[in-house]
Amino acid sequence: MLRYVFRRTISLGLSLLVASAVVFAVVELVPGDPASFMLGTGAQPETVAALREQLGLDQTLPVRYAAWAAALLQGDFGQSFTYKTPIAGMILDRMQVSLPLAMMALLLAASIAFPVGIYAAARRGRIGDAAVMGGTQLGIALPNFWFAMLLVLLFAITLRWLPAGGFPGWGQPGPAIKALILPAVALALPQAAILARVLRSALIDTQGQDYIRTARAKGLTAGQTLLRHALRNALIPVLTIMGMQFSFLLAGAIIIENVFYLPGLGRLIFQAISQRDLIVVQSAVLVLVAAVIAVNFLVDLAYAAIDPRLRRR
Amino acid sequence: MRPGLLVGCLLAGVALAAAALSLVWTPYDITQLAIAEKLHGPSVAHPFGTDHFGRDMLSMAMLGARVSIAVALVAVGIGMGAGVPLGLLAAANRGGWLDEVIMRGNDLIFAFPSLVIAILITAVFGPSAVNAIIAIGIFNIPVFARVTRGGALPIWTLDYIRAAEVSGKGGTLISLQHILPNIANLLIVQGTIQFSLGILAEAGLSYVGLGAQPPTPSWGRMLAEAQTMVTLAPHVAVIPGLCIVLTVLGLNLLGDGLRDALDPRLRVLR
Repeated sequence: MLRYVFRRTISLGLSLLVASAVVFAVVELVPGDPASFMLGTGAQPETVAALREQLGLDQTLPVRYAAWAAALLQGDFGQSFTYKTPIAGMILDRMQVSLPLAMMALLLAASIAFPVGIYAAARRGRIGDAAVMGGTQLGIALPNFWFAMLLVLLFAITLRWLPAGGFPGWGQPGPAIKALILPAVALALPQAAILARVLRSALIDTQGQDYIRTARAKGLTAGQTLLRHALRNALIPVLTIMGMQFSFLLAGAIIIENVFYLPGLGRLIFQAISQRDLIVVQSAVLVLVAAVIAVNFLVDLAYAAIDPRLRRR
Repeated sequence: MRPGLLVGCLLAGVALAAAALSLVWTPYDITQLAIAEKLHGPSVAHPFGTDHFGRDMLSMAMLGARVSIAVALVAVGIGMGAGVPLGLLAAANRGGWLDEVIMRGNDLIFAFPSLVIAILITAVFGPSAVNAIIAIGIFNIPVFARVTRGGALPIWTLDYIRAAEVSGKGGTLISLQHILPNIANLLIVQGTIQFSLGILAEAGLSYVGLGAQPPTPSWGRMLAEAQTMVTLAPHVAVIPGLCIVLTVLGLNLLGDGLRDALDPRLRVLR
């Protein structure tokens, strides 16, 4: 296990290194100079040159990458070009919306997918199963931002149960949670559909196994066997998918945050893009990518801890 | 024919036919604005109603289908064009360093949240349909490389491949003549799935303004414009969304149906 952890840690470090280089390089390719953009079209060339020097834009690419990466490792993301505030603080602020949103959505997706997936597997091949599978096909095809618009139309505008957008801040926990309900539902439903399908097929895959036959032979009912023995074994692929979904939800919230005007990381990225505040774009994207890579790493380790056969790879 | 495959063919066929038809004919000319007729609900003259400029929503949806389908299709082309050769190469060098490099590179691209990078790419190079295609296409490459390699590996162990090797054929020739035809089924199925994912991705990018630019209509952009009018005229938001859902649903059903129909083992099981 230790060797596996060691090897995975090395590849984690490598992934982060490449990810940071890619994010850095892509933003460097941007046509247009942040310094001249910040100063406007009427700026004197000397002023632009001075600002370029102040921002470190006159250095060569590798030097700037090294300086940027070294600062990142110390938690220093630099300063926003537009707001002149430390980016680390901005990102931390925005994370307080994006992270709870992703967690709520994942929780919701799991609490829908588990009963539905188990039900479909238990009723395999019958009308209930067919109905669930048809429903999940529809769920997978649903663009979450469109679903979000329909939710707003029904629950916010017509019924007035929940707010249509905005976020009051965690100072008011009640309204804050209420503001995240519709976005979480919009994010969760398509993921729940995927998860339910994975759970169903993982459960069905266990049905031919010897230990299931043994369980049935010793007198357990089909339902008991499913819940006590099949479910545990089906959990492994399901957990992997959930890990992937968490990172998807964190990153996928970008569009949903825009539908609901939530001040999360996604909106920060879009605002920074429109203001040409590239260092903020760079940092926020990197944080998202790093979070995804880190979650994948943790899932791999959890996976290996549960299933020793996987450590050999 | 299975019901799923039939419904899938039907839905995907309608979308493709609408897109193809829009090349030569749409019920109305969408460059003609008719403000007096704005936001009308569905009627005989306008089966899908009109939008905030009085444009015919059916014509808009047909033109939108063209953009969505073109973007997703070319993105699948990029993914196959680069991914299949890489997968074949990796399989031909199985266990070698080239295989290792290709597959680790794949893992790396997989680890990136595709939507974030697509947004980054379109943000950096400017929003346009072409950049959306590139952004979506890049993330199709590792998918096809993996499917190709996975499908090719078991075939490389078969006797007729041995025979081809003995008769003096090289890895490239064997890959093209013997491996590729045998994994074509897999690639078609995966292509259908990536096609549907591409349509969803294009819709998302256009919705946030990073896909096709005005005046080109696209389903995602129609939804973005509808957002402020959804209370006045719900149909402007419902129709483009339904177009996306039904097309993606159709392609997914088609993919599933094709997989079942093309895989002889699954056929025996049923």
